[in-house]
Amino acid sequence: MPAQKFDLVVVGTGPGGYVCAIRAAQLGMSVATVEDDRPGGVCLNWGCIPTKALLRNAEVVHLFERAETFGITVQGMTADYAAAVQRSRGVADRMAKGVEFLFRKNKITLFPGTGTLTAKNAVEVRGKDGGVTTLEAGRAVVLATGSEPRSLPGVAIDEKRVISSNGAVRNEAKPKSIVIIGAGAVGVEFADVYRSYGTDVILLEALPRIVPIEDEEVSTQLTRSLSRRGITIKTGVKVSAVKPSDGGVVVETDGGRFDAEQVLMAVGRGARTKGVGLDALGIVLDRGFVKVSPMMETSVKGVYAIGDMAGAPLLAHKAMAEGVVAAEAIAGKNPRPVDYGNVPSCTYCRPQVASIGLTEAKAREGGRDVAVGKFPFTANGKAVALGETEGFVKVLADKKSGEILGVHIIGPEATEMIHEFAVGRTLEATLDEIMHTIHAHPTLSEAALEATLAALGHAIHI
Amino acid sequence: MAVTKVVMPKLSDQMESGKIIKWLKKEGDRINAGDIVAEIETDKADVEMEAFGAGVLRKILVSAGDKASVGSLIAVIAEEGEDINAVVGQAGGGAPPAAAASAAKPAMADRPAAVPPQPKSEDHAARSPSPSRGPESPGGQRAQQAVAQVAATPTAAPAAPAAERAAGDGGRVKASPLARKIAAQSGVDLRLIQGSGPGGRIVRRDVEAAAAAPTPTPAAAPALRTVTPSVGGPEFEDVALSAMRATIAKRMPLSKAPVPHFYVTSEVAMDRAWELREELNALEGQPKISVNDLIVRACALTLLQHPGVNASFQGESIRVFHRVHMGIAVALDEGLITPVLRDVHAKSLAQIAAEARDLAERARQRKLRTQELSGATFSISNLGMFDVRDFSAIINPPEGAILAVGAVRRVPVVTEDGLGVGRRMAMTISCDHRVMDGAMGARFLHDVRRVLEEPLRLLV
Repeated sequence: MPAQKFDLVVVGTGPGGYVCAIRAAQLGMSVATVEDDRPGGVCLNWGCIPTKALLRNAEVVHLFERAETFGITVQGMTADYAAAVQRSRGVADRMAKGVEFLFRKNKITLFPGTGTLTAKNAVEVRGKDGGVTTLEAGRAVVLATGSEPRSLPGVAIDEKRVISSNGAVRNEAKPKSIVIIGAGAVGVEFADVYRSYGTDVILLEALPRIVPIEDEEVSTQLTRSLSRRGITIKTGVKVSAVKPSDGGVVVETDGGRFDAEQVLMAVGRGARTKGVGLDALGIVLDRGFVKVSPMMETSVKGVYAIGDMAGAPLLAHKAMAEGVVAAEAIAGKNPRPVDYGNVPSCTYCRPQVASIGLTEAKAREGGRDVAVGKFPFTANGKAVALGETEGFVKVLADKKSGEILGVHIIGPEATEMIHEFAVGRTLEATLDEIMHTIHAHPTLSEAALEATLAALGHAIHI
Repeated sequence: MAVTKVVMPKLSDQMESGKIIKWLKKEGDRINAGDIVAEIETDKADVEMEAFGAGVLRKILVSAGDKASVGSLIAVIAEEGEDINAVVGQAGGGAPPAAAASAAKPAMADRPAAVPPQPKSEDHAARSPSPSRGPESPGGQRAQQAVAQVAATPTAAPAAPAAERAAGDGGRVKASPLARKIAAQSGVDLRLIQGSGPGGRIVRRDVEAAAAAPTPTPAAAPALRTVTPSVGGPEFEDVALSAMRATIAKRMPLSKAPVPHFYVTSEVAMDRAWELREELNALEGQPKISVNDLIVRACALTLLQHPGVNASFQGESIRVFHRVHMGIAVALDEGLITPVLRDVHAKSLAQIAAEARDLAERARQRKLRTQELSGATFSISNLGMFDVRDFSAIINPPEGAILAVGAVRRVPVVTEDGLGVGRRMAMTISCDHRVMDGAMGARFLHDVRRVLEEPLRLLV
């Protein structure tokens, strides 16, 4: 069969790929997409979206459990974990259908199957039925094949006893006990979900603190919050072996043995590059990820790579931003490159964690004079009214210029609040501009204003 | 009809001001586009200034012997009866952006015929900008570049947008809050910086770059606007090839690699040719003749006597041309193009001058027909306007040779009584060794030189 011709062929329809495809279609290109799973990628199907549904369930369970603090008596409350997973699947399905709808709306053709680059302008699609279609790209190929969970050396993920997030998000049966290896965003979020549904959770982290990329004070606060909910946290612990046992698995570490029904490997993700055809074209990798220019072009002209496979941070919103840059660059526009120093980071456990810019330790590197402003939610009227007073807003600024160097929020709706500072940093606002912005009362965002005032040395409400 | 502002051109990166040696046209003279209206002396060379607009030379604002800063208004071309008061007045009210750094000239409108030479003042007060100018304006930046490329610029295009803008936004500088604070702390004048943010907004990196740069002299300030060295941000960007750049990239290796080049350089005493040109250009009703026109004519005549140089390698044979079609390289913003002047051996200087000017102008407007871009038997590339002393060019196959011409420079020369000042020009011929040998190239060059040094030969 002759090759089917498109201006652009996008391999992978995760948040990077589908956004890139839509933007390219908006710019007048004919676009083909290739997907070996459902449109939407890990994010919509197995990652961001379904886990947010599970976390919402966890939050509702939590609200019922402490209904009495609101003067509400609940009797005979049961929380069905299988139902939570089913609800989560329903949410994911709806979002994936949304992507299919957007493809139709933008006249983007979806080719189900595995895409392999056979030339810099040709992608071979091998369907599940074995049929092969060849797509020819008139202008460019964008690779967006994403990432997959990594494991530790010698530990095989069987998705039964040793599971990854892929298994965790699908399994309708919850374990009685689980050891979660890795306390980054994925580990912490599943710790929250499982604990809320009554599982005994042991959270292991090799680094000295949980959520290690976040500001140290945030790690401390989150450790306190999760411990209070009965999650066992061991940091600075190195796993030497994961072995099957009678009741499930045993995790051997330099800090002791931990028995559990299951182990969740949450030690990070690696680029999904196998079978994509990178080697044949000589596309250059950098520590396992595809090396790209600021316009997302790989070492081979006309071949672009975006999202997780193009390197850290492995975040959906970073992938989307890269997808837009790639599409616009291919269309001959001159897009602004992604500002990797201004990508918000969000973890959706309870309390939520969100940050942007530098941590305090990083900000102080090089001897810069840093102003620190911190404001606890216990002093915020809205937070008290909500009964969600855990956490704080911490603002770091250059003392001389007032430049906002970093912001760290742990607390209710932290992931929504961070954007005030994301916009501020994009506009190069200083503490003064945040200070002069009237924040509605009562809102959680007032804590952002107060933390800013604190950095200037004159918080009102503390 | 349009009013054409004639501004002091920026003829080199370092040029701050230029002196009018003489006006070749007087007030009331009719000007055609391409006419040489004045000769300008810079610190490097004497340069003739072409008019790009047509009309009547209505007003000369800087008289012969006086200096004017780069970008400042020195004359106005407009149709008879057209109101030029606004344009002339503007020179006093709001200086064009390029001139802003070196003091606006309020005196200009009042004393148009006798503006004193501009002091190259380092004094901040002296260059304190008039409130109506918009130094942050991207329009102003473009104007600056336009001025740098053409001697005189058509219509009000370069200066007007900046002036309008400045008036419209009240001189507001678009800068981020952080940029303002860092500027205030590091003593950087935001009005002298070109922003690199959206819509020309000045952002932190612009201020930091300006603070790191050496204190700009007044005239260096505009140059600063274009350059924002930064240690942050992306390390590089890949700029897509324009069609023209792609063609150049494709063609040049096809010449440089397979064609064995050799080079012969010679220096020509241009004093007599220069004098001849001045005499010719003083004649009524003749097209103005440039130095390059003289060289084109000299090469055409000499090629007839050296057919071996007017030749092309054809694999099994060498094709010797009996006619001379001259490729004349024209630099464009986005690259280079070589329109062809046909049968140049049979054309007079006046014809060459008129046709070459027409080709160059249409090349800049991208209005050349394809047949005007091929068929050359020999080419000339002249970088004299960039004050290049000498250089060597790459042959444009299938031609057999190309002549690279430098600037006519005033240099000390040894005369019979000691030292004197002479006008000298270097030229380097690149030859295809498959077609000719060194001695052939040298003999050709020798004869071109002879024609130029005995320039009456150009007329017979």
